[in-house]
Amino acid sequence: MLAYTARRIVYVVPIVISVALVCFLLVHVTPGDPLVAVLPADASQELAAQLRAAYGFDRPLPVQFGLWLLRALHGDLGNSIATGRPVLAEVMRAVGNTVTLAIAAALIGFTMGILLGLIAGYFRETWIDKVATSFAIAGVSVPHYWLGMLLVIIFSVQLNWLPAVGAGPSGSNSWAWDWAHLQYLVLPAITTSVIPMGIVTRTVRALTGDILSQDFVEALRAKGLHERGVFRHVIKNAAPTALAVMGLQLGYMLGGSILIETVFSWPGSGFLLNSAIFQRDLPLLQGTILILALFFVFLNLLVDIAQAAIDPRIKRG
Amino acid sequence: MSELPLSATADAALQAAPATRARGYWTTVGRRIMRDKVSMACALVLLLIFLSAILAPWLGLEDPYKGSMIRRLRHIGTTGYPLGTDELGRDMLARLIYGGRLSLVIGILPVILAFCIGTSLGIIAGYVGGKLNTAIMRTVDVFYAFPSVLLAIAISGALGAGILNSIVALTIVFVPQITRVAESVTTGVRNMDFVEAARASGAGAFTIMRVHILGNVLGAIFVYATSLISVSMILAAGLSFLGLGTKPPEPEWGLMLNTLRTAIYVNPWVAALPGAMIFAVSICFNLLSDGLRSAMDIRN
Repeated sequence: MLAYTARRIVYVVPIVISVALVCFLLVHVTPGDPLVAVLPADASQELAAQLRAAYGFDRPLPVQFGLWLLRALHGDLGNSIATGRPVLAEVMRAVGNTVTLAIAAALIGFTMGILLGLIAGYFRETWIDKVATSFAIAGVSVPHYWLGMLLVIIFSVQLNWLPAVGAGPSGSNSWAWDWAHLQYLVLPAITTSVIPMGIVTRTVRALTGDILSQDFVEALRAKGLHERGVFRHVIKNAAPTALAVMGLQLGYMLGGSILIETVFSWPGSGFLLNSAIFQRDLPLLQGTILILALFFVFLNLLVDIAQAAIDPRIKRG
Repeated sequence: MSELPLSATADAALQAAPATRARGYWTTVGRRIMRDKVSMACALVLLLIFLSAILAPWLGLEDPYKGSMIRRLRHIGTTGYPLGTDELGRDMLARLIYGGRLSLVIGILPVILAFCIGTSLGIIAGYVGGKLNTAIMRTVDVFYAFPSVLLAIAISGALGAGILNSIVALTIVFVPQITRVAESVTTGVRNMDFVEAARASGAGAFTIMRVHILGNVLGAIFVYATSLISVSMILAAGLSFLGLGTKPPEPEWGLMLNTLRTAIYVNPWVAALPGAMIFAVSICFNLLSDGLRSAMDIRN
């Protein structure tokens, strides 16, 4: 187990460096000068050259990457052009809100997905299965930003039950676990949960169906094991794969929250990314993408290790 | 003649064989999918949406660009405007149908491009193997380190808004996924006897890949690619929704959804219409892809 973990961690190093390279290059594939956002339109040649030197843009690209990576390793991702504050602090503050949203959505989506998937897998080809499968396929096919709009139309505009946008009552600066704040979480969390719900349902249904049709289940039943015992075997065999899928989905929710956060003006990392793009705040754009991608990489690493911990077959592979 | 008894046995064998044996693999798949009611219903809906988008100028619709200050945000069912009007008084029916042209292109084209590029890369990586495989597949791994929504938005955010940029961004998102599938099916086929036989008879690497490998892996990759169209439609419209795709006043479902967002307090159901179109196309492609998958899974 230790050897596997060590091997898996070593394998992550080149990935992390490549991810950093992609984030670094993103800014440099941008058409035009990376200075375009800071530089006034009527700036003189000398001022432009001075700024270029100050930002280090006059050096060769590999040198720039090396210096940038070195600073990033020390937690310095530069300052946001729009606010002047350090990028790392800005991103970490926003990520907290995204994590809150992702965890709430995961609780809803995974619970629903596991339940629907198990029911559908146990009662294959019955009407219950058809209903659950339809739910799942609608969940993976719905444009979630549109679903968010629909929920706002129904629950905020028509019924006036829940707030449409924001992450807390006016005057509140930080998140708190009371109803005044929680009511803001309901609609974004439900909206975020539909895709993982659909995918987990489909995965668990397929797994349950496969396991139930295997010979060992037949053998367990033949030796007289009660249904609850058989069910325990099903869960045990489905868990590693289901866990991997759920881990990946949690990563997608953390990294892909931009559309939903835009719809609900949820002050998370996606919302920050959106404003970085439209203000052409390149250090902030670069930093946000880097941190979100690193979150995703480390979450995948954790899932792989957890999967190996509960499934002894993986360590050998 | 001595050949006579031999041909007689062959005739007998032919008569004994069931008629279905003559049917090829793709004919069987075609027949199976034609019998699947859900798939056929989805195909019909998609056909209708595609045809109306292509034939939009000849359907006698209102001008999708012509607005009017006095007839803004009419409700669904208003005479003359069966689906109401948008925030600038433009006919929604016309804009939804015209909107299909751009929305379908920016949703489907990236998958087609990624299918071509990813299949080539995957087959080369899988067949040639060795260092080339390592180079291609480790590069693919890097792109897997980004959630696809984040990658699409990062690339098109860095490149700037525009239709072309969003198509490029989405193509880059899907190439690694298709390459991975193509590589894994190719590795499964490359050591089979018929490939070995082709190699022994002196066929070059390119010929083997084009003739012997491609035909055997294309089906699996194709089904995978069709399952990506739904995601691509949602993402492409999502980029426009964020303002990274098309620019107004062009009719495009994602952009329409964005500009109508302010109208949800006045005329909510008209504002929701463009999303319903994206949903319809996306779910039909998903169901069709599922149908195709089970139709092709003949061994089960």
